[in-house]
Amino acid sequence: MSRPEYTAPPEIFYNAEEARKYTSNTRMIQIQRELTERCLELLALPEDTPGFLLDIGCGSGLSGETISDHGHHWVGFDISGDMLEVAAERECGGDLIHQDMGQGVPFQPGSFDGVISVSALQWLCNQDKSSHNPIKRLKHFFTTLYGAMAHGARAVFQFYPDSPEQQMQLVTQQAMKCGFTGGIVIDYPNSTRAKKIFLCLFAGVVGSVPAGKSDMMRDTASQSTVAYTRADRRRQARRKKRAGVKSREWMMKKKESRRKKYGENSVKRDSKFSGRKRPTRF
Amino acid sequence: MRMKLLTHNLLRSRVKGAAKGYPLAIHATTVETKEADFNPTFIVRMLDRIQWPVVVQAASQVGVSEDKVPQTVPNDPESDQEFLKAAHHLLLEIEVIEGELECPDTGRAFPIKRGIPNMLLNEDEV
Repeated sequence: MSRPEYTAPPEIFYNAEEARKYTSNTRMIQIQRELTERCLELLALPEDTPGFLLDIGCGSGLSGETISDHGHHWVGFDISGDMLEVAAERECGGDLIHQDMGQGVPFQPGSFDGVISVSALQWLCNQDKSSHNPIKRLKHFFTTLYGAMAHGARAVFQFYPDSPEQQMQLVTQQAMKCGFTGGIVIDYPNSTRAKKIFLCLFAGVVGSVPAGKSDMMRDTASQSTVAYTRADRRRQARRKKRAGVKSREWMMKKKESRRKKYGENSVKRDSKFSGRKRPTRF
Repeated sequence: MRMKLLTHNLLRSRVKGAAKGYPLAIHATTVETKEADFNPTFIVRMLDRIQWPVVVQAASQVGVSEDKVPQTVPNDPESDQEFLKAAHHLLLEIEVIEGELECPDTGRAFPIKRGIPNMLLNEDEV
């Protein structure tokens, strides 16, 4: 079967007829379901807390239904109006938006707990219009996506790269340039049919916020700090301001050291006049 | 399914030249109310992400009477059931079916048809 990406741009390929076929075919439904399940597994969202997810390329809402089954709320966007119509008819549970992923993710910063996308990313690598530049579109997509995700959220894209080496590399590279970390996960790499490719991206550090210190920890904390050392004290003493050169104090010190070295008569005896300040003269 | 005020609250325009593209003004012609399951945990979670003043503004734009809209978020929303119920109604039960969204920076209008806002841009607007 030739790849649909070669036939026509997505908004034209997924016309009313194709959209209807897509949603009435039980095999398609089954595959989409399984892929979405796997994507959600890779997202690793905390159990029992309802999250707010974004479904990129939601199409007729097959993937969205699975998300709803897991108890999450979702918003989806797709470039094909006909697919969205089908989704709206089927009451799949999420909000739908008509948008092209290459034109950026139209959401406020930190909106989503997770992002999934089933069989959509490969469309972004194609140049369907003369004004399209796949690399620029990918970059714009990933930068805006990064912004729309909550800190530490994950994005999982299941996709069918056309040339495993080049396209996979292109997509991953662009994502990394936009600040994502993560990489490619391949399920069943040795099987031609069951092989599935997922791009897992992490926005920011993945992990929970460290807990604040409790009173219990205070006692041990004070013990673990190093007490003042002798070197510290020496350093501090040195930091004390030295006497200014040619001041009375400095002079007396000099005289004292000379006296010690060469005897009492080597320097003039101290008087009230030694080291006094002299009047300024022209 | 249809555009809820929660989605509106997070939506922004990506038109070239729109610095913020937020908040989008709603010019609604058809608005429906549909019941949804009340989930207080979800509402509390989302309260950190949404802009409450925008909800208040949007509510007046879709014609919700002012006495049903809490003007501010209480200090302790988790325990304020009344507020959570009101927030749930505003965010998840009001749906805009037909109308337009307007970008505040550029004035670009995005049509909403059958509850689906069309955010697609022309070539020269990207």
